[in-house]
Amino acid sequence: MAETLTSNGTTHQRPDGLRGIAADWSSDQRAFKNVSWGKAMMWVFLLSDTFIFGCFLLAYMTARMSTTVPWPNASEVFGLHVGDVSVPLLLIAIMTFVLISSSGTMAMAVNFAYRRNRRMTVLMILLTALMGATFVGMQAFEWSKLISEGVRPWENPWGAAQFGSSFFMITGFHGTHVTFGVIFLLIVARKVWRGDYDRGTRGFFTSRRGDYEHVEIMGLYWHFVDLVWVFIFAFFYLW
Amino acid sequence: MAEASAREHDTLISDTADAAEHAEGQHHPIRIYLIVWAWLFILSACSYLVDYIGLQGYLRWSLILLFMVLKAGLIVAIFMHMVWERWALSWAILLPPIAVLVFVAIMAVEADHTAITRMNFFAGGG
Repeated sequence: MAETLTSNGTTHQRPDGLRGIAADWSSDQRAFKNVSWGKAMMWVFLLSDTFIFGCFLLAYMTARMSTTVPWPNASEVFGLHVGDVSVPLLLIAIMTFVLISSSGTMAMAVNFAYRRNRRMTVLMILLTALMGATFVGMQAFEWSKLISEGVRPWENPWGAAQFGSSFFMITGFHGTHVTFGVIFLLIVARKVWRGDYDRGTRGFFTSRRGDYEHVEIMGLYWHFVDLVWVFIFAFFYLW
Repeated sequence: MAEASAREHDTLISDTADAAEHAEGQHHPIRIYLIVWAWLFILSACSYLVDYIGLQGYLRWSLILLFMVLKAGLIVAIFMHMVWERWALSWAILLPPIAVLVFVAIMAVEADHTAITRMNFFAGGG
């Protein structure tokens, strides 16, 4: 993977490890040797998004640690009644499994894309989008339920007022990410279906030739959305 | 001079070779994705069980963090292909979030101070 052909026909191995970092970054060429600009930029974007979500969770931590009013018990607030039994966090658990499943189908889609299996790629991307939409739907249900129970960004019936503001800001921002992800999934699915990536058709936005790597880049974004949910689930719902 | 142009040529060729390399993309057996997928399900079930069983205190918090880190690690490493990338990329992406952890430490100290000040004030100490 790290092999490079030189002008006299011999191959030289790129150094790996720390030496590889120094060599790649000081090569006076591009630093990311076997990564296209599109993929590198997606990673840089995801890094900046990490800081955004990091700061949201940080603000939530600060509010929760410094308030003298008891924090509402998430386990009860987000519980659902099934018949007579109250199951803690039921909806959130289902949402978690739906999102993880969609991450799995996205990984499959990337795999099928590199095998040039268009039919399966489209099917897997559409499944991913469907589960993403389901997730957003359940989140809308959760929001309506909480709002009808009197949760507002400035107050709620159970305790510290910051509970509402943290909840709406963090899950709202995450839900927006999922929504945009679904839209872009549908766009990529359409392009795969039409064979844009086989012909290298130019994109409507960047006017650059598309190839199947776009599915992988789309996948990076989708997995990141799942990744953020892992942290939200742990810190907001379980803690 | 000749050496310089040779090096230029070298650069051109190595970039073309790189382009060919990435055109291959991240190609791995489906099996590994399915295994990771199964583990993500198991770990999610475990972290849900922490709440369902009703564990409290340090055991609860450490288990939550453990399952969270394992899940996040699997997603980044396998689903996002980070283990197969060159270190030049993975370190560039994975090191900066350490700044967030430093920020967490700073704000934890700050929040602690705020809480103590408030309790002091509300207890009539002002």
